[in-house]
Amino acid sequence: MCRMNTVTENATRKAVSIRGLRKAYRGQVVLDGVDLDIGEGEVFGLLGPNGAGKTTVVRILSTLIPADAGAVSVLGHDLGTEAGAVRSLIGVTGQFSAVDNLLTGEENLFLIGCLQHLPPTERRARAARLLERFDLVEAARRRPTTYSGGMTRRLDIAMTLMGGPRLIFLDEPTTGLDPRSRHTMWQVIRELAAEGVTILLTTQYLEEADQLADRIAVLDRGRIVAEGTPEQLKRRIPGAHILLRFADAAALDAAARALPAGSRDDNQLVLRIPNEGGIRSLRDVLARLGDGVAVEDLSIHTPDLDDVFFALTGNPSEEQIQ
Amino acid sequence: MTTPKIALKDSTTMLGRELKHTLRYPLLLVSTILVPVVMLLLFDYILGGTIGHGLGAAAHGAPYVDFLVPGILLMTVASGCGPTAINVNIDMTGGIIDRIRTMAVTRGALLAGHVGGSIVRALVATTVLTGVALLVGFRPKASVPDWLAVAGIVAAFSFALAWLSAALGLVASSVAGANGSTLPIQFLLPFLSSTFVPADSMPGGVRWFAAHQPFTPVVESLRALLTGTPVGSTAYVALAWCAATALAGYLWAELAFRRCTR
Repeated sequence: MCRMNTVTENATRKAVSIRGLRKAYRGQVVLDGVDLDIGEGEVFGLLGPNGAGKTTVVRILSTLIPADAGAVSVLGHDLGTEAGAVRSLIGVTGQFSAVDNLLTGEENLFLIGCLQHLPPTERRARAARLLERFDLVEAARRRPTTYSGGMTRRLDIAMTLMGGPRLIFLDEPTTGLDPRSRHTMWQVIRELAAEGVTILLTTQYLEEADQLADRIAVLDRGRIVAEGTPEQLKRRIPGAHILLRFADAAALDAAARALPAGSRDDNQLVLRIPNEGGIRSLRDVLARLGDGVAVEDLSIHTPDLDDVFFALTGNPSEEQIQ
Repeated sequence: MTTPKIALKDSTTMLGRELKHTLRYPLLLVSTILVPVVMLLLFDYILGGTIGHGLGAAAHGAPYVDFLVPGILLMTVASGCGPTAINVNIDMTGGIIDRIRTMAVTRGALLAGHVGGSIVRALVATTVLTGVALLVGFRPKASVPDWLAVAGIVAAFSFALAWLSAALGLVASSVAGANGSTLPIQFLLPFLSSTFVPADSMPGGVRWFAAHQPFTPVVESLRALLTGTPVGSTAYVALAWCAATALAGYLWAELAFRRCTR
């Protein structure tokens, strides 16, 4: 949390600046005027459901497709006129792993090293370091067809890092990974961030953006509907509450009488009580219930990005926070 | 490094990768050899007797196999279109092309690697086919310069078809589609040319088509060189067709490369 704030405050230099970005495919509007700024050294999370336009943003920024309109500069270079300069500074890991299945893991890294024009000794040294770092030493001489999904993803990212990029695009880096591989990937991303590499991360997982990103923009139907730190976004939803579950309607009735502030759901047999005061209000709730009411289950909910996300994307006219 | 030097280095890197692919997955090369071998045996042993009798003056008094083999060599080059289109398509659908396009790599290096690999495979395959042809009774009357000219035409024809195949591989949405789109080049065009029988023997419309499509001058140049008869201007027509096809294929492939997206 500390790191996040200092990074945000120090991020005076822009890694990415986007103004009025528009893109349509066959008349279908995908990006409808996107404005974004990403500071150098920042981990920026682009969050949105499938089809929101996240991948299109990445594909435009990584020079794969042209924008229809808008001004975009990447690390000080205009995307339209200096695509070559942009390419030499960025690294891209797409949504699906792009590794050569007929080459071994090590040869994949060598191939990228050759294309980056690294001298042979540097090429071997970097490949060895990356294989070590991504726990692929054992698998280095095998082809990716024998790898697990997590290993292929790690090789993919290692290939992206061969050229020492200053800005990395990670398009849904954990989609399709098992929970353990996902956590490994999170660790990889945190380490990259600690080295000062700027990262644009797209994800449809709210927890992932919350865990990794310094700042988050929520993209919905081609527009940025909210932008800020995870804390700022969460603050928008006053959703903290205590949830009580009962065995029968009689118990629910008794509890509802004792706690008039709660809202009841007769089908689920639950009572939802706003909880703004933490432990103190919890103690208060328990005291009011006393010994007479049998509670089946009690849970405490703090708002998470899920709440934010659904609140925002469920209501597209929501105004943008600055 | 200067730009041409970088372009050469990038293309060499991609050619090395393509040759490594061919060695790691030799099935594609083997299939481009097996199909023409089967055609050679089929046409020589099964159909050759009857066709040979009907050939008349076009055979210059030699057995049908001498007429047939130049056509089989041409088919061998054409059957290399499938693997080239497949390999290019795998790079596209597998995201390799997208990866390369986000890097500061010379535009065209990847396709140049594929085309170079295609030419190497064509030379290997035609050499094997020539060996098989000699075993079944092919008796060429070519001198050493003739053989070099044959290799040159094979390389030029392969170069032209490889650019065309690369474009077909880029515009196809799947590997199966990529292979399918080269089938007319692999099978239809050879049959509608003087590959197996002289174009003069065909019915009107087909005869006109056969006389005016690229495969006919190429196969007739090869046939003249291998049977020791005068080549004349046919070789120039053949090379002009190769150049035109290569240029069209190259421009199409470059355009598709810039636009392609998986």
